[in-house]
Amino acid sequence: MSVRMPEADAAVLARRERIVATLRAIVPGEGVIAGEREMRPFESDGLTAYRQLPMVVVLPETTKQVSEVLAYCHSEGIKVVPRGAGTSLSGGALPLADGVLLGMAKFSRIREIDFENRIAVVEPGVTNLAVSNAVADQGFYYAPDPSSQIACTIGGNVAENSGGVHCLKYGMTTNNLLGCEIVLMNGEVLRLGGKHLDAPGYDLLGLITGSEGLLGVVTEVTVRILKKPETARAVLVGFPSSEDAGACVSAIIAAGIIPGGMEMMDRPAIHAVEEFVHAGYPLDVEALLIVELDGPAAEVDHLIERVEAIAKDCGSTTCRVSQSETERLLVWAGRKAAFPAVGRISPDYLCMDGTIPRARLPDVLAAMKEMSQKFGLRVANVFHAGDGNLHPLILYDANVPGELDRAEAFGADILKLCVKVGGVLTGEHGVGVEKRDLMPEMFSETDLAAQQRVKCAFDEKGLLNPGKVFPVLHRCAELGRMHISGGKLPFPDIPRF
Amino acid sequence: MTDVLKPRDAKEVEEAVRWALGNDKALEVAGQGTKRGIGRPSQTDATLDLSDLTGVMLYEPAELVLSARAGTPIAEIEALLERNNQQLAFEPMDYGPLFGLEAGRGTIGGAIAANLSGPRRIKQGAARDHFLGVSAVTGRGETIKSGGRVVKNVTGYDMCKALAGSWGTLAAMTDITIKVLPKPETEATVVVEGLDDAVACAAMAAAMGSSCDVSGAAHLPDHVASYFDGLPKPEAATALRLEGVAPSVRHRRQALEALLRPFGPVTVLEAEASAALWRSVRQVKPFTGAMAQARPLWRISTAPGQGHAVAARITPAAQMFYDWAGGLIWAAMPFADEPDAGSIRNALAGPGGHATLIRAPAAVRAVADVFEPETAGVRALNKRVKDGFDPKGVLNPGRMWAGV
Repeated sequence: MSVRMPEADAAVLARRERIVATLRAIVPGEGVIAGEREMRPFESDGLTAYRQLPMVVVLPETTKQVSEVLAYCHSEGIKVVPRGAGTSLSGGALPLADGVLLGMAKFSRIREIDFENRIAVVEPGVTNLAVSNAVADQGFYYAPDPSSQIACTIGGNVAENSGGVHCLKYGMTTNNLLGCEIVLMNGEVLRLGGKHLDAPGYDLLGLITGSEGLLGVVTEVTVRILKKPETARAVLVGFPSSEDAGACVSAIIAAGIIPGGMEMMDRPAIHAVEEFVHAGYPLDVEALLIVELDGPAAEVDHLIERVEAIAKDCGSTTCRVSQSETERLLVWAGRKAAFPAVGRISPDYLCMDGTIPRARLPDVLAAMKEMSQKFGLRVANVFHAGDGNLHPLILYDANVPGELDRAEAFGADILKLCVKVGGVLTGEHGVGVEKRDLMPEMFSETDLAAQQRVKCAFDEKGLLNPGKVFPVLHRCAELGRMHISGGKLPFPDIPRF
Repeated sequence: MTDVLKPRDAKEVEEAVRWALGNDKALEVAGQGTKRGIGRPSQTDATLDLSDLTGVMLYEPAELVLSARAGTPIAEIEALLERNNQQLAFEPMDYGPLFGLEAGRGTIGGAIAANLSGPRRIKQGAARDHFLGVSAVTGRGETIKSGGRVVKNVTGYDMCKALAGSWGTLAAMTDITIKVLPKPETEATVVVEGLDDAVACAAMAAAMGSSCDVSGAAHLPDHVASYFDGLPKPEAATALRLEGVAPSVRHRRQALEALLRPFGPVTVLEAEASAALWRSVRQVKPFTGAMAQARPLWRISTAPGQGHAVAARITPAAQMFYDWAGGLIWAAMPFADEPDAGSIRNALAGPGGHATLIRAPAAVRAVADVFEPETAGVRALNKRVKDGFDPKGVLNPGRMWAGV
């Protein structure tokens, strides 16, 4: 791996036996795993290029246990890495050799469903899909739907501020979260929010969402649930160029239509998917657009007509509207299988996750084609077209010496390009370890110091998930220092009254 | 208050904060000052007036994004969006008229700093949910950037969330990027007449739990109904707004009428009356009049299903109405110098939520908890967050809580 993790603390490792025993006293039974073979499944998350066995795995069942584990680690200076289902694609749950891996999988109960207030209170280990399933009998669902929703947990969704294909219309996790119980690194248990809207003071819940497990460990989550739209239909549109497809996306939005989902695939992705899923995707197009409209049938039918007309104006060569729920699901089955489909045509692939201003898509795709030649690696693109979130899949073979390094360099160049055209390093997968060292592409030292001061407010010793997000972790005392230049600033130019 | 510092660009904002730091001064951070009356009275030495930082820097309708200097009037932004058939979907309310100021003032920076929203909060969120990127000068006199111009972004901490609703106590924002959205083609409002508060909350819950995609749900009890525009008669009205393309609104209003008829007599407001009604709900119109201005005003956020129970525990001499399907209660108390914070907060003790004393004489605000008192742990964490941004307390010190 090319990203350096914090130096393991030899003094902590030397005390391993005592630490394991103390943790066993806090979490009895099978909640502490210390054998090498048993810890193996925890050595990496969805970013499998990075692996590291933790010092010990702890699987607590109650908030009290979480609090005691954290308080103990805090007092002993032991690092802690929280983990949900381990589906992170950025290495957010990558263990540390001298750290406790705190698995939250046993927090798997749904605590309350309140249809009157349209909320669900769940433990963090509940999977994203299980929340929707729990409220489905009353026709409700939980809107954010990351591709990994069958496996990923709500706690992980909070840590990563997960999105999904419907977030253009329904928002990301942060827009659907009402409250949480969180344990700080010192063991303190705090409750934020509840069944009501907005914070009475600072939006700490908003800060925690997407903080990648660096600020606290979430032990309970309150989310908003929505009534399912009456119906949904998908339009599958093919274009002779990605420019045309991009123009079509802009034209749809400019016409005042916000589709439930709007996805784009380029030629290599279309071919890989069609071969795998047989979704009936056209193979003679350069770009394919899936536009999904949801709502009452009267609305969906009306908007589909308008989308078809817009697509035609934008030069579409094929256009097919789903005529049944089976057809709609087949259209999505292709898109949702894009990653494994690409996995079939290449031994390994890296999934990137930049966001760009949508208008820059043709430039970015063209540049990517050149990079593909330069690095000698193939690339396929799937794109959340509505919100500009691009997932280039870089194809490589880990068994060919040097290919992983080249793939990583290719990926870094793509992300740098995203930032250069006005976009960002990550739209939904998180910084983790994967993009940690690219942070200076987007942020100045001052910006990063300001973010780290937030970290200090929550975890002054920097023990929670270190080595993630920030390329360099400064000490809080150092960050707290002020350098005032004596107050002699002349300040003559600012108008004063 | 002696000085007003009126920087012309972000660099001068930085200089102003550094001057304050170097000379142990505290600054009142302000745009057009429409929300000056909200919060604890701050002891400051000068006003950092950001109203000269104006201008829209970027607006790309097809990308649903707009960037503007923080002091840009919100009215200017809304007019620009209107010309492109777009809008600020969070429907920011205007606090000015509640303080006897003319309507239509206020800046985009102020809208974010106060995390404004309106009736559409229940569907589209508040300012925080549309706030994509920022450039701001912290209380350390340093300019920081966070977020960007794209909707989907999880790079680094979401510092925008920290700043939204921080009332200028963490940083002085200089540039703001927000998400904008298409304006609905048309709207209509289904009104159920004559309900008491408890039944009204149940009716609103039924509507919100339907697939009618309600974008505004308010209950306007008898004693305040006459202040609202667009209502057919000045009697208790439970109003549910539908927005979207015409065929969809038509379909959903029929469905909603059928759903709500068991609760009471139903009428429908067509687009124009509907817009007028929601404008007056958004502006909290009953409490803007000259007579009403003397009444201390609370803004209470609670679980929507519990709205009526919370209201029932507040003195009947208070004037009240509900927005957010019952989750937002505006309560105007009967006596000028008696906000009665104790009874308001007691009313929330069971159902949970928070109350903010929006309007009261300065002397009252100086001794009352204007913002909801936090638990000890959260209070300490808020203080640590504040210290990270503004360790010397130069920006709006004490405006939210003493010592923060």
